Amino acid sequence: MVGLHKSDIPNPVLRWIDERMPVITLMQKEYGSFPTPKNFNYFWNFGALAMVNLVVMFITGIVLAMHYTPHVNYAFDSVERIMRDVNYGWLIRYIHMNGASMFFIVVYIHILRGLYYGSYKNPRELLWILGVVILLLMMATAFMGYVLPWGQMSFWGATVITNLFSAFPLVGESIVTWLWGGFSIDNATLNRFFSLHYLLPFVIAGVVFLHVVALHITGSNNPLGIDPKGPQDTIPFHPYYTIKDSVGLGVYAMVFAFLVFFAPNYLGHPDNYTPANPLVTPPHIVPEWYFMPYYAILRAVPDKLGGVLLMFGSIMVLFVLPWLDTSPVRSMRFRPLARPFFFVFVVACVVLGYGGSRPPEGIWVVLSRVGTAYYFLYFLVIMPVLGKLERPLPLPESIAAPVLGGGPLPAGAAQQPMEKA
Amino acid sequence: MADATTAPSHAVAGHGGHGGHADGVPKRDFLKLTAGAMAAVGAGAFAWPFIDSMNPAADVLALSTTVVDIKPIVEGQAITVVWRGKPVFVRHRTPKEIEEARTVALSALPDPQTDQSRVQKTPWLIVVGICTHLGCVPLGQKPTDPRGDYGGWFCPCHGSHYDTSGRIRKGPAPTNLVVPAYAFLTDTTVRVG
Repeated sequence: MVGLHKSDIPNPVLRWIDERMPVITLMQKEYGSFPTPKNFNYFWNFGALAMVNLVVMFITGIVLAMHYTPHVNYAFDSVERIMRDVNYGWLIRYIHMNGASMFFIVVYIHILRGLYYGSYKNPRELLWILGVVILLLMMATAFMGYVLPWGQMSFWGATVITNLFSAFPLVGESIVTWLWGGFSIDNATLNRFFSLHYLLPFVIAGVVFLHVVALHITGSNNPLGIDPKGPQDTIPFHPYYTIKDSVGLGVYAMVFAFLVFFAPNYLGHPDNYTPANPLVTPPHIVPEWYFMPYYAILRAVPDKLGGVLLMFGSIMVLFVLPWLDTSPVRSMRFRPLARPFFFVFVVACVVLGYGGSRPPEGIWVVLSRVGTAYYFLYFLVIMPVLGKLERPLPLPESIAAPVLGGGPLPAGAAQQPMEKA
Repeated sequence: MADATTAPSHAVAGHGGHGGHADGVPKRDFLKLTAGAMAAVGAGAFAWPFIDSMNPAADVLALSTTVVDIKPIVEGQAITVVWRGKPVFVRHRTPKEIEEARTVALSALPDPQTDQSRVQKTPWLIVVGICTHLGCVPLGQKPTDPRGDYGGWFCPCHGSHYDTSGRIRKGPAPTNLVVPAYAFLTDTTVRVG
């Protein structure tokens, strides 16, 4: 494979480049003519939206870093200076701040889409695992970013989260001291968090690249969860899905803009506009909303190490999900038993999310425990067992068949489930 | 905007209804152009806040004036004050220095300017202390400094000589030292900027 690439691009300059480095051919193949299942619904927008969101975070973050000072004495003031003095600083910071929330909204929908339509199953296990890695990196990045303004929530959030590691026996205290670079959260901690907050997005971009590479090997899943059988089942990515993604992008941009311009602090905490004080903890500290479900799991367990392990376990379980789900059918459309359990799972996540935001007392402790139990039951018991017990609905012969004839209609089939005799 | 949003339905209907390329292709081109133009405007509008954020911030602009008390500067002395982060030379010239500055023929100057046009009050020369060549600070403020061949300032970086009116006389600098905007608030106070 040594030698110039054979390029048929008409423009001589572009062809000259393409012969030596066939990136134009590659883009045309992977994003132009790339054969894509023709039956995507709007849930298939969210990968592209996440990509756009990452770019927005990069642009705003790099500009914010031009004005930010990572020092305990100046960090809070430099953020206020961005808000008051830097031209459009308020806009750039609010985009970055709410961009984190938008990123998690988009990614959570992207993940639930994968769960519902079985996008993690053979042959897309590695694609899914790379996605979970991205989620973990996002969580680390978001956490460290939240520390940078050096408000009360920044400081005490950092304290609580780093102290999670003190739960591990023997080495816990040493790990925490190492994370802090001292005996409390201080300038050393702030400096390394800034450095890593700047670094990790590039790591995310790298893993996103691998995620896309893996996706373009297996091809996209689709709402029916069956493989395309031929050209009649696919359409080229451009212009069909570039246009469909653009429509979703418009809606996404409107939601984003609404948050930025009309409710920029709605998802934040007023306590973080108080400068960090290492001597006073605010009465009710909670993480950002996207961490609430994990926070609820942490508090649901009346044991320090147990809570920490379950909280980390709630993500770790996602890594092995492709092997926990024993059903050969991908899409929940054809899984009459699994479908209700999935929707209960979504409710459990919402309950955990809300429970995490409440003070840990009364009914919310109970609900958090029920939600935690269901979260793990769903992955560790319900998924493995259902795959064996459930009789899935008949799958259409192909993506085109229900439309062009020749196979059972999924909608009609759903009304006449064929139960196991 | 209204044109851009209503046009697609016509264009698509026209294209699909007649199925004729002669009819459909210009409409598709029109769609691409209008959609592309909207996207370009949007991208520009999105880019501007980021570009503008790198311009001087409000607190930097707020430092754009410096008030100087010139009473303690005796004849023959000079002080350096900071205005916008740059040195500004305030020099109380001797009658000899003034005479030197005013008797030189304009034709002998690389950047001809009269001394009268560079000062507001004859003894007081106020110039930005940045060599117009490549931005070094010329020597000549301290009595022990070399002042160059013309008794003004001498830039050690690349050897530019300035006279007692801050005008370039010899060396690579293209123009005279810049006279900043300033005003005498009283006889002994000057606001630079």
